[in-house]
Amino acid sequence: MISCNLNTYLIIAVFMLCLGLYGMMQHRSMIGMLISIELILNGAGLNFMAFNRFLAPDPVIGQIFTLFIMGLAAAEAAIAVSLIFAVYRKYQTSDPEQISDLRG
Amino acid sequence: MAYGILTEIFFYLFIILIVFGALVAVSSQILMKAVMGLAMAMFGTAGLYLYLNSPFLALMQILIYVGAVCIMIVFGIMVGYTPKQLAAYAIGPKNTILALVTSLLTLGVLQLGLSRTQWVQAQGAGGGDYSLAALGEVLMTRYGLAFELISVVLMIAMIGAVAITWNGKRRGLK
Repeated sequence: MISCNLNTYLIIAVFMLCLGLYGMMQHRSMIGMLISIELILNGAGLNFMAFNRFLAPDPVIGQIFTLFIMGLAAAEAAIAVSLIFAVYRKYQTSDPEQISDLRG
Repeated sequence: MAYGILTEIFFYLFIILIVFGALVAVSSQILMKAVMGLAMAMFGTAGLYLYLNSPFLALMQILIYVGAVCIMIVFGIMVGYTPKQLAAYAIGPKNTILALVTSLLTLGVLQLGLSRTQWVQAQGAGGGDYSLAALGEVLMTRYGLAFELISVVLMIAMIGAVAITWNGKRRGLK
């Protein structure tokens, strides 16, 4: 039974983390990078849930942790999208490589 | 018995959903397709949460990730990009070799660690109360402070998001 095995979930989580890393580097736009970050956070949440189900004595704690990860991901996405708007309005581009000057 | 086989088939379906969705989310050059892939992967993860005894988390996953985060990113794409810029992104990815090497290296190291680790269960693992009542009770008593703090973080994030976009407009940043 593959669904009753801890390693299955861990492998899926690692897969999501690595794909997120890959997407972070190769996307040409900041929204694409944001999508990859969400993928990584999702993998982290799955990891917590898997350990919670198979190894932890109290099944509530992992669920709460995953809920908090979801809440933080929502907050992070809101901030990131508004930052992308601000940057986009200033530079008229969303390519991270063209946004290279600072103003002090 | 048939029930067990059916659940296994659905488990494989969820895994396929995750793998395919994540691949689309990462490799698609059209951002709208990437968001759809992300939503697909989130649905698959919600299915896995069902197998991990937590239907509440599965529903929250669909509600928060698919319903809120993905929709927000879709708004970000629709408001922020002109079709001309979308066409410019379609030129192709950058840093592909670097990204491949990094992600494959991470995958290899973590898989090595996974295959060599013997996980030891804590005492009394696998049992316990998965009900929503137990979750709510702990959230209101032992983790009450964390719960309140995350509400504050969410509120500040929303206010900050409005403030950032609004300030840029008022100062006429261009």
